Amino acid sequence: MAAENLVESAEALAKTAKSLATQAEAIATQATQVVSRAAEGGDPFVFYFTIFVLAVFVGYYVVWNVTPALHSPLMSVTNAISSVIVVGALIAAGPADVSFSKILGFLAVVLASVNIFGGFIVTQRMLGMFKKKK
Amino acid sequence: MSADLSGFAYLVASVCFIMALRGLSSPETARAGNIYGIVGMLIAVGTTLADPTVLSYTTIVIAVLIGGAIGTVVALKIEMTALPQLVAAFHSLVGMAAVLVAAAAFYQPQAYGIGTPGNIAVASLVEMSIGTVIGAITFTGSIIAFAKLQGIMSGAPITFPGQHLLNACLGIGAIALVYWFCQEQTGSLFWTIAILAFVIGGLIIIPIGGADMPVVISMLNSYSGWAACGIGFTLQNTALIIVGALVGSSGAILSYIMCKGMNRSFFNVILGGFGGETAGPAADMGDRTVRSGNADDAAFLMKNAGSVIIVPGYGFAVAQAQHALREMADLLKKEGIKVSYAVHPVAGRMPGHMNVLLAEASVPYDEVFELDEINRDFASTDVAFVIGANDVTNPAAKNDPTSPIYGMPVLNVEEAGTVLFIKRSLASGYAGIDNELFFRDKTMMLFSDAKAMCENIVKVLE
Repeated sequence: MAAENLVESAEALAKTAKSLATQAEAIATQATQVVSRAAEGGDPFVFYFTIFVLAVFVGYYVVWNVTPALHSPLMSVTNAISSVIVVGALIAAGPADVSFSKILGFLAVVLASVNIFGGFIVTQRMLGMFKKKK
Repeated sequence: MSADLSGFAYLVASVCFIMALRGLSSPETARAGNIYGIVGMLIAVGTTLADPTVLSYTTIVIAVLIGGAIGTVVALKIEMTALPQLVAAFHSLVGMAAVLVAAAAFYQPQAYGIGTPGNIAVASLVEMSIGTVIGAITFTGSIIAFAKLQGIMSGAPITFPGQHLLNACLGIGAIALVYWFCQEQTGSLFWTIAILAFVIGGLIIIPIGGADMPVVISMLNSYSGWAACGIGFTLQNTALIIVGALVGSSGAILSYIMCKGMNRSFFNVILGGFGGETAGPAADMGDRTVRSGNADDAAFLMKNAGSVIIVPGYGFAVAQAQHALREMADLLKKEGIKVSYAVHPVAGRMPGHMNVLLAEASVPYDEVFELDEINRDFASTDVAFVIGANDVTNPAAKNDPTSPIYGMPVLNVEEAGTVLFIKRSLASGYAGIDNELFFRDKTMMLFSDAKAMCENIVKVLE
């Protein structure tokens, strides 16, 4: 009886060991995949998110250095540069054949251009007024 | 242009944009900063135009000419007093552009390398939805802010029961729709989300009163940045992500500074309902006497003073009194009187608005001081000349714990030898509270339009 039991548990153990080995192999394969993906640059989201977080910090420190007297020009210039969204609009408006997204792109280019020209010009006008005591 | 090269060009553009903000740390470097911004924009646009998928230059040139012409004309013609509404209008355009670009990316994902129609990666869909929702909120929110500032809509807060609950429900609804949209990827769901966000944008701005507009404009500035960021993630464009983050944090910091200037929490402002209706206590002050004077009295007082501090507020902007005021100050300076200006952080309808108006009237910027810089000087000043400001000078903020503006940093004008107040009437300010300063012995009220009063004082001084 005891001998039979022993044989059974030995078999069970062997099975577990086998499945463990398979799992270990799978994990190893996954690990290599992760490593090779990391070498290629990893998940692009992580990359872009890193840029984003660092840019928030840069913005934070740069903007605290802006003198309060120039908060209005700060607002109009940030407004002008946020129109860099025009790059997305240009790609949508770019294709040779007419499509719904090309029309959307065209409209977006118009709106962003109003902002680019308007924003930079009004900022320049404001800044031109700030003069020191003669 | 190869992907590496264009990536590098976008980096250069981003550095230019950072330099543009960096330049604003002093008026001397600010103009150079703006040029950096323009150069950055040219690099970013040029790089995109060199992209092999961009073929129809005629369409693009037409679009840029239309938009550029409108923008140029508006920017050259706008009165500096109307700056806040102009900025609000510009924010709405960025918001709408974000919605349009997100829609274009949804209908033509292959152009942006994020999949094929109906088969867009979930991550891209989420980023696209974030860009759309924030962009749409920025759009309608800015339109409402514009209407309130332009006077098309009453500046009074619009409130109704269950308002915040409704907004919360709509917000949750939008999140649920985004989840559904990521599963189904249909155009109708995309537009439903956009429309819902348009509605939310309007609803969150209507309860906020006119006096809180500096916070609202800063907040919408921030939103427009985050919307650009969302689109930047969708398009995997580093310049757009960096700019979005810069603008987003800039707007957030300005909102914080404005809230601190009013001693109110951000949530308190957002939940709205502050100011607008005039408060009751006006009646029990009615029997108190006020010393009122005319231009002759004011001119006499200032002519015999050694130093004058001018405190401009929103009423000064409305009356367009900047040039008349500067003429007055010039005449005083000719008499050997020391003239300086004190600007409260929330004076006007947008951050820094007073500084621009004073600069427009050729007031040298080194005569204009911030609250912290000048507040101690009032005690040694003969005349404080308050023009169109009210709440920012109210001593109740320092000594009346029951006042709604208690704790707000104020200019200590009452410490000056004489306080001159130019006001149309004794009406309370935007916070809807009375200013006991009007009834003090050393205060002289000059009941008039700000511009007319300055012009009259100039005549007397001459």
